[in-house]
Amino acid sequence: MSTLKLLIVDDEPGIRSGITRILRNYRVDYPFLNEDFTFNILEAETAEIGLDLIKSEKPDIVLLDNKLPGMSGIELLEIIRKEHFDVYVMMITSFASLDLAVRATKNGAYNFIPKPFTPNELKTAINDISKHLFLKRVTRKMQETGKEVRFQFLSVLSHELKSPLNAIDGYLKLMKDKQLGNNLDDYSEMIERSMIRVKGMRNLILDLLDLTKLESGKKIQHIESVNLREIAQIAINTMEPMAIQQNIKIFLESNVQTNIQADADELEIIFNNLISNAVKYNCENGSVFINLLQEGNTFIIKVKDTGIGMEASDVEKLFHEFTRIRNDKTKHISGSGLGLSILQKMVNKYNGEISVNSVWGEGTEFIVCLKV
Amino acid sequence: METKRILIADDDQDLLFQMKLYVKKMGFEVETAESQKEAEEKLNSYNPHLCIFDLMMENKDSGFILSYKSKKKNPNVPVIIVSAVTAETGMNFSSETDSDHTWMKADLFLEKNVRADQLHREISKLL
Repeated sequence: MSTLKLLIVDDEPGIRSGITRILRNYRVDYPFLNEDFTFNILEAETAEIGLDLIKSEKPDIVLLDNKLPGMSGIELLEIIRKEHFDVYVMMITSFASLDLAVRATKNGAYNFIPKPFTPNELKTAINDISKHLFLKRVTRKMQETGKEVRFQFLSVLSHELKSPLNAIDGYLKLMKDKQLGNNLDDYSEMIERSMIRVKGMRNLILDLLDLTKLESGKKIQHIESVNLREIAQIAINTMEPMAIQQNIKIFLESNVQTNIQADADELEIIFNNLISNAVKYNCENGSVFINLLQEGNTFIIKVKDTGIGMEASDVEKLFHEFTRIRNDKTKHISGSGLGLSILQKMVNKYNGEISVNSVWGEGTEFIVCLKV
Repeated sequence: METKRILIADDDQDLLFQMKLYVKKMGFEVETAESQKEAEEKLNSYNPHLCIFDLMMENKDSGFILSYKSKKKNPNVPVIIVSAVTAETGMNFSSETDSDHTWMKADLFLEKNVRADQLHREISKLL
């Protein structure tokens, strides 16, 4: 059970005591709320006293009359909005004109209740506002703990895992029903496609594990003195078999003089991501140019390809989790859509920055600056 | 009698392949599109007798946009939307009441992994 603070600002004592009487023992509960609300009621006979109470008592809800002796209700509402007080305002007024309604709504009044009102009308309005307040708090709490992000991530993830399952399931059914007859050779394309989808799922799961370790901080960093060029060469060797298939040449140049203080595994992940993208999204007989530069404590990694390139609008979307740029040129390239978010998180660990230059049809260059 | 033409759009090339295989086996002529964009082009060039659209392609509502465009061009061509959206989001769509039809221009909303015989029945009903 929790208590909401409710402030009544009205110059008529009868209204104040009436509302207090109605709400004193009132309890708001909904099946889906796991707590119910009761009300702690404060009263003010002028807007000025009301404002003081808003500042000192921080009420959750204000029931506000418009026609008050000094400052009017609308004026108080304007102050509440300007000062960003975290409070829901419900106007209570007998002079409800359209003009007033518009002004009040513009200034953030949650709703209106016209005088005179019955106890039930008041209760309904209070129910509504409490429910709203509760949902807002839950949402805020979720945002604070990142739960909302987590939820979105999981729903996209389930989609990414479910689509290959559906595809494989479909092929298996076709084969089970012998839709193409009894000759196994006729199903080789389906078998091939199923294996590609299985591989895609496996890569997604591996990437996901990387990402989880990164996010939970469980991957222990071993900072040591590392030769950047050597790490780049290891990553090149890893990618070589894939590059050879498309006759892509990888060139490495470096003017780096001193070793970098970093975790060798993390640097390797950075290079792997950059180089594998440069190979994957390249053209046959293309090239990948890797350039390592050093400016004092800043190490710059440039990886440039002669590949398919991207439109400017696609570059913006690039670092979102599960983003894959979909077009005719990418549809036969498999990827989890997680590589660049992993890269981004890695680079962040080194106060780094990533920038991308890309020309559609000509190629893409990734520039990573690491400041150590 | 002229063989009926069916346009199928899905951005998952495997599901598209499977659907095409089934629908062809039912005795229809099939044209496929792997994106909303491609489907929009083929609506004009192919003049299908019936359309089957995946809901989420480049846009989350690609299927809705396509059915709107198809109906605007030719209100008599039936449209089926196939999607996994209910299983994934819990959002429930149907196209049964008149109010559904005011905003959703499709004739039928089917869940993904629809069985071939069920799909065949629905196509026959609409054509």
